Amino acid sequence: MTAAFYIAAVVAVLATIMVIIETNAVHALLNLIVSLLAVAIVFYVLGAPFAAALEVIVYAGAIMVLFVFVIMMLNLGEAAVAQERRWLAPRMWMAPAGLSAVLLGELIYMLWQGPAAVPVGTTVTPREVGALFFGPYLLVVELASMLLLAGLVGAYHLGRRERAVAKPEMETAREAQQETQR
Amino acid sequence: MNEGIVVAEMTADVPMQYGLLLAAVLFSLGVIGVLARRNIIFILMSIEIMLNAAGLAFIAAGARWAAADGQIMFILILALAAAEVSVGLALILQFYHRTVTVDADAASEMRG
Repeated sequence: MTAAFYIAAVVAVLATIMVIIETNAVHALLNLIVSLLAVAIVFYVLGAPFAAALEVIVYAGAIMVLFVFVIMMLNLGEAAVAQERRWLAPRMWMAPAGLSAVLLGELIYMLWQGPAAVPVGTTVTPREVGALFFGPYLLVVELASMLLLAGLVGAYHLGRRERAVAKPEMETAREAQQETQR
Repeated sequence: MNEGIVVAEMTADVPMQYGLLLAAVLFSLGVIGVLARRNIIFILMSIEIMLNAAGLAFIAAGARWAAADGQIMFILILALAAAEVSVGLALILQFYHRTVTVDADAASEMRG
């Protein structure tokens, strides 16, 4: 079962390397999602199934999806649309697909083992984590909720577009960019 | 399932050093990404890589003593990363609307 840790570790490192050398933002995000899934498998093998589930649901499932939506919203130029056709080559998605296939093989193997596929060491169950949250770390929960509230208010305020101020600047900047492109 | 406090077992087949080594490698890759990229979106992605690596270090350390404190710190890091990503992406949107580029080097002037 420790082989799962090493395989997932190699996959995580390779996917992260591809994130930082990738030129297309969406491709880099997909590689980052593969890296997060590999780290989730590492969590499971280290005896933290609750953290593994949270990593997949919150990190890969919410934060990265937010990333993808914002990048789609930015819509970086019309040239990117024409470039996508050139970028839709097999060599672009073969690497993340290969790495994901390795993770899938690992997952299938561990599921096939059934109850025998217990991670090594001692598992720290969600019950213990919850007991600590209601006990010594009660204030941590409150602080986290206040932090999320601050993030929510900040994101709402920063995401608002002030049309009276931003629009003339944006239009002059866009005109200048089009002039340089011609 | 164990009830109450788990008696800490000092033996784990995956040594803590390897988990911390993986966290260190991922963290350094994130640092390289922050330093080497000019696109501000990639800089934010590399920051997320670093946060994830720090969380991995906490989980690896928590697994060493079979304590739940590592997972609690990881959950806190997760909440922090979520708040930071939302604010960071809103900042990126504002930055893109003011200077029509995602070049981090374009943010080189301070205006009153």
